[in-house]
Amino acid sequence: MPQTSLRRKSADRTAPLNLEADVLVLGGGPAGAWAAVTAAENGRRVVLADKGYFGTSGATAPSNTGTWCVPPGEARAAQVERRAARAFGLADPHVMLRMLDTAHEALRTLGNDGYPFPRQSDGELYIANLRGPDYMRHMRRLALKRGVTVLDHHPALELLGADDAIVGAAGWDRQQHRPWQVTAGAVVLATGGCAFGERMLGATGLTGDGYLMAAEAGASLSGMEFCGQYGVAPAGTSLNKGLPYRWASFFDVDGEPLDMSAGDRHVAVAKGLLRGPVFASLDKAGPEIQDWLRRGQPNCFLPFDRIGLNPFTQRFEITLRGEGTVRGVGGIRLVDEGGWTGIPGLYAAGDAASREDIAGAVSGGGGPNASWAIASGRWAGAAAARTALSSRRDVAGKLRRLGGIGLVAHSARPEAEASIDVVAAVREEMLSIDRNFFRTGPKLRCSLSRLDGLWRDARAYLAGEGAAAIRTREAGALLASSRWALAGAVFRNESRGLHRRSDAPESDPNFAHRVRTFGLDEIGVALDRAIHAAPLQVARS
Amino acid sequence: MIEVVSAARCIACDICVKACPANVFDGGPGKVPVIARQQDCQTCFLCEIYCPADALFVHPNAEAPTGIAEAEITARGLFGSYARALGWKRGKAAGAENDPTFELRAFL
Repeated sequence: MPQTSLRRKSADRTAPLNLEADVLVLGGGPAGAWAAVTAAENGRRVVLADKGYFGTSGATAPSNTGTWCVPPGEARAAQVERRAARAFGLADPHVMLRMLDTAHEALRTLGNDGYPFPRQSDGELYIANLRGPDYMRHMRRLALKRGVTVLDHHPALELLGADDAIVGAAGWDRQQHRPWQVTAGAVVLATGGCAFGERMLGATGLTGDGYLMAAEAGASLSGMEFCGQYGVAPAGTSLNKGLPYRWASFFDVDGEPLDMSAGDRHVAVAKGLLRGPVFASLDKAGPEIQDWLRRGQPNCFLPFDRIGLNPFTQRFEITLRGEGTVRGVGGIRLVDEGGWTGIPGLYAAGDAASREDIAGAVSGGGGPNASWAIASGRWAGAAAARTALSSRRDVAGKLRRLGGIGLVAHSARPEAEASIDVVAAVREEMLSIDRNFFRTGPKLRCSLSRLDGLWRDARAYLAGEGAAAIRTREAGALLASSRWALAGAVFRNESRGLHRRSDAPESDPNFAHRVRTFGLDEIGVALDRAIHAAPLQVARS
Repeated sequence: MIEVVSAARCIACDICVKACPANVFDGGPGKVPVIARQQDCQTCFLCEIYCPADALFVHPNAEAPTGIAEAEITARGLFGSYARALGWKRGKAAGAENDPTFELRAFL
């Protein structure tokens, strides 16, 4: 249903932008897109504000992603049981089933709305794969068609509270150089995961901003310790796309094949990288696979074509890119099926939320996370639409700004430049294979102690205004996200899925629960017995 | 990262200024955009495919600029090569219906 645009036609683009909406969505990746479209389809006035450009922002737009897409029926329950059995006891099969239902329906709708899915040889549309740039461009069009007001290059800096509820957000318009503020009946955080400053596709905006804003509002995080996921990329590049390496051989610096007997490619490559450079060749791909890879994953071949190297016959150096909570698991802890964070008016979706429900302690990278973004976006959009209708309130004179670190410093002489050092420290502690892939209690405690110290310093002097505040807040969010991840990893004195502790290599049944982290200056950690995964039995409906 | 905005090819539409998720470019009416914040580039190559004039070149080195010259990019036919591989034309999306990735997923 078309609606009047909320954007005021104003000649003065330097005056602060103030808008009112029913639902405010922060983040323009797939989860934010589906949340905004769904809230608009429910008749609400929706504003979507993105740090970058809605269409290219986030980890999906530069990628080509499969979805976890299973039609209704027996096969669906069987797939859920198989996946739940590999989730180290932390997933919830009921949420998985619900997700498959919502995602399948949404993907069918996408085809009807004109997304150009390819056809298989039998003539059927293949809806279980999305080409990132095309998908997100389509979602932008769809959102605009549904009447969503889109604010590009409008990073949110902080949430706004009134009484006990979240009633909007404020930020900086980085292209018109002015502050913005949107008050709303409900806010959906769809700000993505945290890539801990890694240089990989889509990661530039993924600094954990939503985690920080949620925690400042009083919400908890969950599963943050499951951030030890890494992706293979040609050395020096951003291309952390795993698909071509299905057909790869790996070699050490002497040209000897890596020992792949452990079955996990990433473990073998990580061990190899601790000893020296590692090389790969896509030499297991025959002519037909080569053709499909080149046409289906063209960005993966840009490094080779632009450097002038044939990856199917020649060897090339590779690295591992840390994928943080993007292809890891952790995020904002949800307390109900509508993506509610437990704070009135505040919802989360996509990688901003914990994906333990569908992934447990292993990566949901690719298909499951893509379907989660769709489904959790739809759920949060619908729930926020309901809340916005029932909680209309007069917030005049009651607005409180909730942002702390990077905005408000205790020192009389705050400065913004220190954000560079903070980001460098986060990268050192959170991306290192030695420290983050092969973890031990002492190494984790050492990292946490360093970042706790930096946090105290940053609380004292790190602050910026206007465009500078974008950097200081990103630095603060990276720092906070790292500390929750490390605190959870110290606490989980065992190995489970992505959390590999060399000093505790076995899983401990006492830790067959989720770990919740919360707080800012002092971080709290607790076993989350309340949301213990349901028994691994799926009703065959 | 982004290395070249070709003044010879650029039509000064400022689409890259808008479409870059990392806000790397500074634009202005009638001007060729400048790479103002190169270190922020996430090497996603998306500016290349949004550019209606194939005027942008992103080098796959994500760590640091290489200083590659426009003449080399032109000589090797690399302007617009990612857009052509996807099937995008003049900054418009196309070609997803020909994506054979589903054939590969059968092997996973």
